[in-house]
Amino acid sequence: MSLFEVKNITVAFGGVKALNDVSFGVDKGEIFTIIGPNGAGKSTLFNVISRIYEPSKGEIYFENQNISKTKPHNISKLGIARTFQNLELFENATVLQNLLLGRHIYKKTNILSEVFFTPSARKQEHEYRLKVEEVIDFLDLQHYRDTLINGLPYGVRKNVELARALCTDPKLLLLDEPSSGLTNEETIDLGFWIKDIQSLLGITIIMIEHDMSFVNKVSDRILALNYGKILASGLPEEIKNNADVKQAYMGE
Amino acid sequence: MRFIFKTKYSQDINIAKHNGDRFWYSLLILIMAALPLVLDDFYLGEISYICILSIAGIGLMILSGYTGLASLGHAAFLGVGAYTHAFLLTNGIPFYASIPIVIVVSFLVGAAIGIPILRLTGMYLAIATLALGFIAEHVFIKWEHFTGGNRGLPVPQPEFLGMSFYDSVFFYYVCLVFLIAAMFAAINILRSPTGRAFVAIRDSEIAAQSLGVNLGLYKALSFAISGAFTGLAGALLAHYIGYLAPDIFNIFLSLTLLLLIVVGGMGSLHGTVFGAIFVGFLPQLIAICRDYLPSSIGSQPGLEPMLFGLILVFFILYEPLGIYGRWMKIKLFFELFPTYKRQTFKKQKVFTKSDRV
Ligand SMILES: Nc1ncnc2c1ncn2[C@@H]1O[C@H](COP(=O)(O)OP(=O)(O)O)[C@@H](O)[C@H]1O
Ligand SMILES: [Mg+2]
Repeated sequence: MSLFEVKNITVAFGGVKALNDVSFGVDKGEIFTIIGPNGAGKSTLFNVISRIYEPSKGEIYFENQNISKTKPHNISKLGIARTFQNLELFENATVLQNLLLGRHIYKKTNILSEVFFTPSARKQEHEYRLKVEEVIDFLDLQHYRDTLINGLPYGVRKNVELARALCTDPKLLLLDEPSSGLTNEETIDLGFWIKDIQSLLGITIIMIEHDMSFVNKVSDRILALNYGKILASGLPEEIKNNADVKQAYMGE
Repeated sequence: MRFIFKTKYSQDINIAKHNGDRFWYSLLILIMAALPLVLDDFYLGEISYICILSIAGIGLMILSGYTGLASLGHAAFLGVGAYTHAFLLTNGIPFYASIPIVIVVSFLVGAAIGIPILRLTGMYLAIATLALGFIAEHVFIKWEHFTGGNRGLPVPQPEFLGMSFYDSVFFYYVCLVFLIAAMFAAINILRSPTGRAFVAIRDSEIAAQSLGVNLGLYKALSFAISGAFTGLAGALLAHYIGYLAPDIFNIFLSLTLLLLIVVGGMGSLHGTVFGAIFVGFLPQLIAICRDYLPSSIGSQPGLEPMLFGLILVFFILYEPLGIYGRWMKIKLFFELFPTYKRQTFKKQKVFTKSDRV
């Protein structure tokens, strides 16, 4: 049984079908990559999973539970975290504050204990911080704890967004174009980190990517989308040699 | 330049980050406590008023500066607090019991208004809160049993701790203690998950939601907390004015609060105090200016609102971080001298936000 399953998802914006009857499953522990030209519907798929967009048809299952009607703010509580194609960081806050928000779903304090900052509120801050520090060490963010996001280079920002998602302790991680805008060296680091997230942290990953050499290096399986429809899916070698995929990408 | 060597996580959690902070803030409180020794009743009254404005400013700052939700009708909460307090005192409830009730009532009114209104954003929210201000003023006129309507409502000045509110030294200390308490409460909220969730909503609703922040709940909570602080300020304001009339809580007072947080510096609690000092002394400043202007301009009744508007626009355009932001820049200039670069505070544009999700 798959950890995560999408069944017959269709999303329409006016007349345009951004996704058209898309179904696939992701196994536990996999790195599952979604490729496709711009406008293929990849980000739309993530936004459906995050419950930001309402599909006109279809269902989504996570750990055999139908999450098609779950409230958007409860998705992360189930263990699904994500990053955004164009970064959605809290710009006027420090790196540390951004990462601490990753622990929000574990909040136990109420407004009264916070107003008086009771010992339990203090203890909670310490517990949050311990987890955040693990992630900071994991992704080499030690130098940036107290820096405002505003003042960070782009590559570090992308890294902070990944870190923030990891702070939620997810079971499933959705990465929307994690390598776009990164330098070659940063992309190499990212490759190692993604592999480590899979093997050391045991997190399943669904990733949207454009950089094909990067995709082939890290992915276990690949799904190709075009105009909202599934073009092909399979192992990296199969996709590499698939005629339809070549056609969509190169116009051959 | 100071480098802080951190060895414990609690150093990041604590309010005072190092002994220097602790020293300066303690000194400030000591000076404030000693002011009655040197100032006369008039200036103590002015400073009491500034304390009250600061508390109200904290309320609006949490809503607008930290959660990013505009309110153009916040005088309504000052009114709710003031009338509730005066009503309770009139009915024989003692001061120490009335204040907590005022806070709870304003909190609940904030939540009740917040839940429906917060589906709106941006300009629409601003207009809705503007309307809220007018509606509140109307309610204060019509609900005579509770507010005395247009006749007004005298505010009882009961004894508290064996002292009288007519004693301006005592009233000053009451306002000061409440300001300090309000500051601590606000700092505590802001260093807790709830305060961080507010900032998250301000900077990116979509990311906040994906991290488990219930947008509706936290926006309503921000409105309620904001209402509670402003309501408390209203209760103190009732003692300060002594006689409540509905038109005190008008749009002009709401705009004064808005001016306060913008001038002080959006997103900073220090800013509420700077802003309160500014708007507290502004009427005197304007009165002085009037004397020097030709009488055809100086005696125009619309001069004050116009100046308020001009100052607001000036700050939004040229000093968006307010007085507190300017202070930080000056501090950094001296810390880094002679290597300060003007670019330090220029916002970098790294990518466009057109394609948000
Ligand atoms: N909120 C929206 N409103 C209207 N159209 C949208 C919206 N979001 C996406 N689309 C359209 O859906 C299609 C797929 O977009 P997207 O999922 O962002 O593509 P990509 O595969 O590049 O991530 C595009 O044609 C886009 O214009
Ligand atoms: Mg996309």
